[in-house]
Amino acid sequence: MLSAIFVVLLLAIGVYCILATYNLIRVLIGIEILIKAVTLLIIAAGRQSGNMALAQAMVVSIIVIEVVIMTIAVGVVLGIHHHSNSLDSRNIRKLKG
Amino acid sequence: MYALFVLVPFLSSFILNLPFRKLNKRLSFGVGAALFLLQMAVIIIPGLGLDKINPAVLANIFNFDLGADALSRVMLFCIGLVAFVTLCANSLFLKDSDDKFNFINMLLIAVAGMNGIVLAKDIFSLYVFLEITAVASFILIAFNREELGLEGAFKYILLSSIATVLMIAGIALFFLASGSTNFAAIHSALLAQDKSLLINLAMALFLSALFIKAGLMPFHGWVPDAYTAAPAAASVFLAGIITKTAGVYVLIRILVSITGFSLTIKSVLLFIGAFSAIIGALAALTQSDFKRMLSYSSISQMGYIILGVGSGTVLGLAGAALHIFNHAVFKSLLFVNSAAVEKALGSRDINKMGGLGSRMPITSLTSVLGSLSCAGIPPLAGFWSKLIIIIALWSAGYQAYAVIAILGSILTLAYFLCLQRSVFFGKLNAEFKNIKEAGFSLVFPALLLAVIIVGVGIFLPLALDKFILSFNTLLGG
Amino acid sequence: MFLDLIILILLVLAALWTVMTRSLLRAAMGLALASAILTLIMFNMDASLAAVFELSVCAGLIPVLFISVISLTQPLTFKEALEHMRARLARFWVLPLIVIILGIILVLISVKFKAPLPAAQTQASARFVLWHLRQFDLLGQIIILFGGVFGVVVLFKERKKSA
Repeated sequence: MLSAIFVVLLLAIGVYCILATYNLIRVLIGIEILIKAVTLLIIAAGRQSGNMALAQAMVVSIIVIEVVIMTIAVGVVLGIHHHSNSLDSRNIRKLKG
Repeated sequence: MYALFVLVPFLSSFILNLPFRKLNKRLSFGVGAALFLLQMAVIIIPGLGLDKINPAVLANIFNFDLGADALSRVMLFCIGLVAFVTLCANSLFLKDSDDKFNFINMLLIAVAGMNGIVLAKDIFSLYVFLEITAVASFILIAFNREELGLEGAFKYILLSSIATVLMIAGIALFFLASGSTNFAAIHSALLAQDKSLLINLAMALFLSALFIKAGLMPFHGWVPDAYTAAPAAASVFLAGIITKTAGVYVLIRILVSITGFSLTIKSVLLFIGAFSAIIGALAALTQSDFKRMLSYSSISQMGYIILGVGSGTVLGLAGAALHIFNHAVFKSLLFVNSAAVEKALGSRDINKMGGLGSRMPITSLTSVLGSLSCAGIPPLAGFWSKLIIIIALWSAGYQAYAVIAILGSILTLAYFLCLQRSVFFGKLNAEFKNIKEAGFSLVFPALLLAVIIVGVGIFLPLALDKFILSFNTLLGG
Repeated sequence: MFLDLIILILLVLAALWTVMTRSLLRAAMGLALASAILTLIMFNMDASLAAVFELSVCAGLIPVLFISVISLTQPLTFKEALEHMRARLARFWVLPLIVIILGIILVLISVKFKAPLPAAQTQASARFVLWHLRQFDLLGQIIILFGGVFGVVVLFKERKKSA
């Protein structure tokens, strides 16, 4: 399947983004790219197995869930910024052990 | 009528938010308590409500596909119990009535989510309700908006999203292999085909996601941070039930209903279970923060449950389910105690504590009971579940793992004895001379849970064979 | 077939640009662009309902969310920003190489997954499936939206007393 190759590439890009960045917002962008990759995977799977209606229903649910999670994550990031005035992930290493 | 388990918490939360705010705020505690007690009662007392409610009326409006078996019933009871304990423990910590109201609403939504997880018969619906629970727990961890809480919440969000991505990828591959997302359909499709690369990849992805969610090693990175940084009542809820439902229950459900227990899966489970049990216990020995030690202890106990599941027999599954119940009880008890200690002292540093037993008698007594139950000392409840798991491992031919399990028990006893000695016994630190026992709303759940531990420990042998036999349907069906 | 390939490559390029660009605002724009390209892919594969959702939400709402966060959290001073960009390039230049090499490897080992076609191909429309067969999911979505509203209230409320 052609799309599977691109899904893996997108996953790689998203993972690299999360690992190599020091900025919290870029981490969220990386998560977004990962979710887009699996959305593409579901649509491709639906196309291949013929049950496109179910695939679309799943994608709709996933998009709704993704929006809510991003909203909460943005709220948490804003809270962190309020406390330490920077979004550097190297600064949020207070919990140790 | 199983739909009521999901609809009622959600609708009560919804109705509580309609206008009449002042009245609703005062009612919210009562509504929450009544709901959680009702959930527990419906499971224990057969014929109380489930049969009387007319299913035809609901079936005309909604078309849900839900079902419950022995494992789901155990989980429903645990959910009700831990939610009730959290509700009680919370009253001392949040003073502002708006905050209390929001907290109770988040509890109701989390309970609705978890009930949906244990009742779902479709893998995608299971995922949706898993996300509901995850969102509720993000908000609970970040509730106080303090610096540590937000940091723990962010780490949890990151790892949970990675688990989400892996899970959706696994669902997509299962969908590709079978054309549907129903448990029964996927199961029959898996039986009809060979173990192809597709199915193995799907199982590997899904299992990795569940290991992250359950906090097993080596995917446990978020657990100590999230448990420690959360507000006290949220830690009780998180450690007591959320990790278990979202991780371990879903794992058991997938293995039982979809993929079956192949040799590879069993070896992976046994290895990761043993690894988590031992390394978690060793890490707990070195901690100096009360809650952090308890969180490593939770990782270790999750390893135990997975050992029970990995044995692949009915006895192992029954032992795992019993240990889920026991862990919900004693870990909630220990976190309630740590909340009481934190409230009285203002710190969680073990090195500074000592001799608290003379000033906080009830807390120290219940804490000793909880610790001994966790370590598996007879006649407390924890002894039975550990015994069943060890016997299941031995009789299934995994003697080495049974020995590892016994070793883990000894380590558990060790770190808990260290904890008890340095916190509750010994000499009282001078600056803590004037502390008092915790208030009623922390003492009452502690006593309740301690009574359950002792009661179940003494009376379980009478009902043990019935309990184990009810798990036969899980593997046979 | 050829069109599919072009659009997929465009998607990967957009994602690559999103990750590697220096400014956060451009990254949020890149995310919107990638969502728009994904919408085109979905339309191409007969998933019109999902495509509309993806366009309105992921290419609309979420970039707006990110841009508001980025504007609320002011970036570094100019000198710090310059140094930050140079340091960034050192970390990120290797990504396009990884993507190209990975792409070549994947094409070469193109394992044909034996994806079995199911017996019955339902011709039901997406709307029918969503409203009648997946009602539990719909309930779940309503609950999570409700929970999200509470989250916003808890996290974004004005502090009455400073912490």
